[in-house]
Amino acid sequence: MATIAQRLGAIWSESPGLVGFISTVDHKRIGLRYFYTGVIFFILGGLEALLIRVQLAQARLEILDPEAYNQLFSMHGITMMFLFAMPVLSGFGNYFVPLMIGARDMAFPRLNAFGYWIFLAGGIFMYSAFLTGSAPNDGWFNYLPLGDADFSPGLNIDYYALGLIFLGISTTGGAINFIVTILKMRAPGMTVNRIPIFVWGELAMAFQIVFALPLLTLACVLLFLQRRFGFHFFDASAGGDPLLWQHLFWIFGHPEVYIVVLPAFGIASAIIPTHARRPMVGYTYIVLAELATALIGFGVWVHHMFATGLPQMTMAFISAASFMVAIPSGVQVFAWLATLVTGRLVLRTPMLYILGFVATFVIGGVTGVMFSAIPFDQATTDSMFVVAHLHYVLVGGAVFPMFAAIYHWGPKMTGRMLDERFGKLSFWLVFFGFNLNMFPLHISGLLGQPRRTYTYEPGLGWDIHNLISTLGAFMLGIGVLVVIVDWIRSSRRGLLAGDDPWHGETLEWATSSPPPHYNFLTVPTVRSKEPNWDQPDLKGGQAPKDGGHPLDGGHTTLSTSMLDATPQAVVHMPHESPWPFYLSVALFVLFFAFLLDAYLVAAVAGLASMGALMGWFWPRGETQET
Amino acid sequence: MAGSTSFFALALVSCAGDPPSILEPAGPGARSVERLWWPMLWISTAVFLVVAGMLVAAVVRAKRDPDRSLDRREIGWGEPFIAVAGVFLPFVILAGVYVFSLQEMNELANRGKGAATNIEVIAHNWWWEVRYENSAVSANEIHIPTGRPIRLELTSADVIHSFWVPELQVKTDHIPGRTNHMWLQADEPGRYRGQCAEYCGLQHANMIFYVIAHEPQEFERWLAHEVEPAGLPEEAEAQAGAAIFMESSCAGCHAVRGTQAAANLGPDLTHFSTRTTIAGVLPNARSNLHLFVRDPHGIKPGVAMPPTELDADELDAVLDYLEALD
Repeated sequence: MATIAQRLGAIWSESPGLVGFISTVDHKRIGLRYFYTGVIFFILGGLEALLIRVQLAQARLEILDPEAYNQLFSMHGITMMFLFAMPVLSGFGNYFVPLMIGARDMAFPRLNAFGYWIFLAGGIFMYSAFLTGSAPNDGWFNYLPLGDADFSPGLNIDYYALGLIFLGISTTGGAINFIVTILKMRAPGMTVNRIPIFVWGELAMAFQIVFALPLLTLACVLLFLQRRFGFHFFDASAGGDPLLWQHLFWIFGHPEVYIVVLPAFGIASAIIPTHARRPMVGYTYIVLAELATALIGFGVWVHHMFATGLPQMTMAFISAASFMVAIPSGVQVFAWLATLVTGRLVLRTPMLYILGFVATFVIGGVTGVMFSAIPFDQATTDSMFVVAHLHYVLVGGAVFPMFAAIYHWGPKMTGRMLDERFGKLSFWLVFFGFNLNMFPLHISGLLGQPRRTYTYEPGLGWDIHNLISTLGAFMLGIGVLVVIVDWIRSSRRGLLAGDDPWHGETLEWATSSPPPHYNFLTVPTVRSKEPNWDQPDLKGGQAPKDGGHPLDGGHTTLSTSMLDATPQAVVHMPHESPWPFYLSVALFVLFFAFLLDAYLVAAVAGLASMGALMGWFWPRGETQET
Repeated sequence: MAGSTSFFALALVSCAGDPPSILEPAGPGARSVERLWWPMLWISTAVFLVVAGMLVAAVVRAKRDPDRSLDRREIGWGEPFIAVAGVFLPFVILAGVYVFSLQEMNELANRGKGAATNIEVIAHNWWWEVRYENSAVSANEIHIPTGRPIRLELTSADVIHSFWVPELQVKTDHIPGRTNHMWLQADEPGRYRGQCAEYCGLQHANMIFYVIAHEPQEFERWLAHEVEPAGLPEEAEAQAGAAIFMESSCAGCHAVRGTQAAANLGPDLTHFSTRTTIAGVLPNARSNLHLFVRDPHGIKPGVAMPPTELDADELDAVLDYLEALD
């Protein structure tokens, strides 16, 4: 066996130093980069949130001026959705999807590398707006005509439009990569009813991205044309329609919520069986629920527009769909509960965060159902009640599972355990901090406090709720800090994790921590939904007699059929390449040139991009490497 | 005006801590919302308690039994439980709430149909222009009679805004190029706080207005007075102020009906002194007026009105004039 390991090590090794840094196509390295970069943006978005909360701690404070406040709340939303939640969930997906399905890499490793570089470049592009004090200031939803050149001169909204188009390239490429990887690269025997639920969650997310994101990109292209070149798509005075923007934005924007929570639900479904010591109850129900959510999620966008004066019949249909979309979420909640109640819970940090997740998400879920009732939605939309609701869904439903994942999967990624004392401390700070932070805002919303306001009058009964909220936000912030400190300490000095510290059920626990470049000594043959529980032959690399495929003759992995995962081909995998990085640099220049009206520079950068693409796809030898 | 003292009294009450709460409805519109809220809250609470109870049960079970070995036994009730608790019961409950919510939506739509009086509300960055059928024009205050629905025509002069009086009615957006309709009804005379609910830029937070409901006869009296042009002030100071107003940049944006000031870029000031607020944010008092006119950006940063270029005496005279506009 040692010879297989040596041979694979040589075949799959990457260049050291700077060359390797910009050329790597290893999904684990890229996944970690998504994770670390996303966490940095999480810290930035969190600091923005704290500034917002400080300004709102009392009535009529003047810590931020209105322009600063508006930029901060806009960038908080943009950051948390596009630069934190999606990338970090992509990061976990990048790292763990190939491991969980027994593949040696993603289907398109270079596209994967390219996706990360574009995400990084897009994030830097967006944040460079702060250098000139012109960050987007019309919210992450950027309603027209407020976002038009008449009312928002300056570069703020150009950063928004171009930045989101730019980031969309990354997300779309990533989604296509997930779909192909999950459908075509699964280990032999991992039939469609044995796919880990986390992988299903990433698949549902990827399909949603492929269908939803083009609408955001389209909206941003139209917006840029209107702002810069005198088009009138959203301009009522010239026959356009401001509501067109809202439709385009929310047909993307509502699925976006599920794009964030479905993979996070997948994380919960990955952690619960391991830490409850039993298989998930209702696997089929959960998978169907994830797919149903992904589908119905496309039919509810108009409930963000119930106050715009739409016909009652339209609203009645959307209201019905909005009520219905609660059912698949309920199915998942009750499947988790059934598993937890019948399980033997390992009450360590991952499970604490999962319990916190279920409790918190359910509060966000039930208030979400309330918005399906049209008159109640019309009364509370754009109030602090919505702010509370959406944070219960997104922090409760996505951030809690991510923290659970940090403690659950961190040992696999770094090879070392995180510290349980830090973990428990962080959980209680995050749990109470978050609830203090957001629960009072339900009440201030019902008491009439609108959202997106930089100040409010005293004497309206809002002060106390806002003060508690601010204190809670700081407590939450300290909890997050504890996790970060723990990660930094433990990834260097923590106890060695070993291959399988939690005795998990899926394939990522059947290889070392962190896994080698080639992931598995042999691409395994899977005979169970919980292979690592049922197949002792997987430990230390499945022997060929048990179905393991060494594939040590080249840089290859297996491609299998979509439903039954029967082997179809040995796929030659691309080697490292610097071209995705070069292409990203060229595109970065291209987008800045558009921003600054430097169309000659844009033309040069466009040519450079094509050159980079040619370099990327230049034929080298017999196999085409993408 | 006899009514104005009671308005100030009400204003003081509201300053003492009276939230514009959705849950203290003062009219049939907000009552529809409240009727939906309580059952939805109780159902939600029940759902949460079931979930929390199961989580606690799972933890208690884990604390009691130290066994952490893998348990591969199938549980027979698992999938039926999910089907009942996750699909069947939610479907029945949600369908019920859906039907109930449609009834309330209909109620909201139908009650406005018989409304006789029409008031046009035009949203501007960042103030509210209010036009009555008898061509009276005002700003940041909407006067209505009690006891019957009043029809509102909502439009925008610039970006999207949203009309929200939490104690009386649900929101409706003001959208450029469209006219939206809504109705308002208050049971009792009073002053109800309203605020723009759609983010509209720098001063979204201070785009505040008040709905002032009168007994019907009192409303008719108020309306008859409101349509009157402004009279010439009696005091010499105020007369001097009027002249300065007409010659300075004030008249470039504001109208005072019955004078040569007829611009409509800013609020109509014809009966300014009878209003309860300045620009929706300050109680209408001399010291506040001085503060606002001298530098509006100190109060509402970003508004179109520039700091005054008048000297102190001129400003005093203009304020005298504004205070005489009753």
